[in-house]
Parts: sequence; structure tokens; C-alpha cells
Amino acid sequence: MSDDIILPSATSMSTLTISDVSRTGFGYNPSVGTASNSITSETSNILLNRKTISLTPTSANSIYDKNVSSKKITEISLSSLSFLFCEIVNWSHKNSKGIQDLETRLNGLGYQIGQRFLELTKLREGFKNSKREIRIIEVLQFIHGSFWKSIFGRAANDLEKSQDVSNEYMIIDNAPLVSRFISIPKDYGNLNCSAFMAGIIEGALDSASFQADVTAHSVPVDGYPSRTVFLIKFHESLMVRESLRFG
Amino acid sequence: MSSYYFSIIGTRDNPLYEVEFSSFKSSSSSSSTPPGISQFTDSVKEILPFVSNSSLDLIEDAQWSTSQFNLGRIDSFYGLLVYAFITQGNIKFILCFESSTTNNGNVTQKYDENSIKQFFIEINDLYVKCLLNPFYAVNDAITSPDFDLKVKLLAKKYL
Repeated sequence: MSDDIILPSATSMSTLTISDVSRTGFGYNPSVGTASNSITSETSNILLNRKTISLTPTSANSIYDKNVSSKKITEISLSSLSFLFCEIVNWSHKNSKGIQDLETRLNGLGYQIGQRFLELTKLREGFKNSKREIRIIEVLQFIHGSFWKSIFGRAANDLEKSQDVSNEYMIIDNAPLVSRFISIPKDYGNLNCSAFMAGIIEGALDSASFQADVTAHSVPVDGYPSRTVFLIKFHESLMVRESLRFG
Repeated sequence: MSSYYFSIIGTRDNPLYEVEFSSFKSSSSSSSTPPGISQFTDSVKEILPFVSNSSLDLIEDAQWSTSQFNLGRIDSFYGLLVYAFITQGNIKFILCFESSTTNNGNVTQKYDENSIKQFFIEINDLYVKCLLNPFYAVNDAITSPDFDLKVKLLAKKYL
């Protein structure tokens, strides 16, 4: 077959190999390329007649049939979230070698959530009244505003720019949701479990290609003992891009 | 009956998903082939991934100069038109197709930019749903048969 010579340049071939053939005729195989899911007369017939077919065990109740863009706010119980997060911290703590490592682990767990919520929040805003964020200050306002709102139910308390360093910004939350019921023992020093939330911010910024390092720091004030400052340090290359484009 | 090549490109310029199909709205039903089967010749088939990947530079340039999701028509290559769409998470959707049909010699099809845009918007919806799967990581190839089916249904609906 002449199609065999076309190979995609994908490095991550996941688990499918060149000899895997879909039984149903649907499903993309990166090792084979477009020949793997090209429309045949059989699949064309299915598509035309809207036959319901069961491709996977979950086809009948697939995520693809659900509406994820509804504006209705779905709430979950705070106590179950807290218990879950408590176990997450516990589990990460058991595997970690120290406080720094624990924070890195929490950060990594949040990272994936950030990547997903970035796209989801943009989808929910709708295309008519939304735009792609291309400037640093706008993406920060988006994170501080609607992004925070879609995850935690309210906007963050403050967004500040560092006075000394040009590529540092701060998002401040007076009472971070995940660490509401967490108190840090004295011998754990400056551990802040909101590193998880810092990870969420980092994931969102990174995938929007605003590469940044985000860290969480406890800065308690009167009345807000768990007030947390998320320090966002953008990479230098980003400042160059910004000044070239909008300077 | 014009053919289309659609691909999703990840943040590391890696293909996540590709599909070839042709318009299901064929007026000339006299042809023996069932609708949907791509009509690209072998020589065009070969260059399709190259054409869409070579437009990535143009997409990257447009990415930081406009805040639109839909970039519209960004490139053309000897009669192949390239339309692109970019998500907030830097995933590019690229649609490649031939600008005119030569079946009847003088027929030039008009392309509805709106239906292409609508196609992209719905693909974005599907992509986000795929991303919500905790076992799917950003930049993995999308191998789900359900996703494939939905994309083809959208292709049938809009193109």
C-alpha cells in the first residue's frame, strides 16, 4: 500500500504500534498516521446514517456527549475536598524527602489541574465574549479573576507587581481554600500547602506559554492567618517577547 | 467534492491527531465512491503534513499579534488553503484543503469561512473534553475512537 510510507513525526507513540489496527475503523493511531482512521465505505455509512455504535465500553455514557460549557456552577462539599486534600498532603509527605520536595510534589499535582482549567475556563467564557490572552498583565488578570472564580468560587484578593524586580508579580489570597483547615507544625518551618495552588497557576501560565515559576509564601496579617502570596516569576525570554511585541 | 486534511498540533509542534476526509455534501452523487472518503491523490497526501507544519511559523507569528482564537486563512500552497485556530493552551488546529475543484473544469467552490470557524469551535469543545480525562496528558496523541467519531460527525455537519 502506498500509504505506508507516510509516518508522522510524533515522538510519543504512546502505546499503539504500527501493527495495531482499529477493529471499528475509528480511532487515530499516531504510528500509522491518517491511514489508520481514514473513512471507508463502512464508516462512511455509519456517519451518514447516524447509527449508534459502541466503540468503547464507555461510549454510551461518554464525556463527549456531555455539556461541559454550561455556566451553571457546580459545587462540591468543602469538607470532602478538605479530607481529600489532607490525604494528598499526607501521601506526598510520606513519599517526600523534605519540605522542599513536598512542596515540589504538591506543585506538580496542581500543575495538571491548571493546564486543564485554563482551557475549560476559556471554553466556558464562550467565544463571543472572550479573547485569547497574549499579554502578561492580561493573562494575570484573567488568572486572578475568572480563572480563580471558576476553581475557587471567588476572585483572588489582590494582584500586585513587584516594585524591585520587573518580571515578578504577586497574586494574593487572604484565605486559600485548600489550606483553610491546615495548620503547619512549628518544626516544618515555612511549608505552605498552597504550593498546590501555586502549581495550578504555574500549569495554567505555562500552557498559555507564559513560562513562569510560581511559589507560595505565607504572609499572615491580622484577621487572615492563612493569607498567602503567590509569587510569579516570569522567565526573562518572556519579557523580551513582551517588549518586542508591545514595547 | 473537495477533500480536507485536519490536524491538531501540540505545544511542541507534535501532531496529536490527524484525519483526512472529503465533504459529505456532495451534489454529484453519481460518483461511485461513498461520501466522506478523501479524494487526495497520493502525491498530495504526502505533502499535506508538510504544508500544515510549515504554516506553524505563520501561526506562531499571528499568535502574538492577534487575540483571536480563530486565525482564519493563514497560508496557501499551490491551491491548498490552510486555515488555523489556536486555543489558549497553545494547541493548534489546522485545516488544509484544495481551493477549487477541477471535476467539472470551471466549478470553483465557495468556502464558507463561518462554517470552518464553527467547525473549529466545536473541535475545541471536543478537545477540552478530551483534556478533562485524567489519564490524558497534554501533548499525548488522541487515540480515542469516540473522539475520532465525533470529529468526523462534525466534519459531516459543517464541511
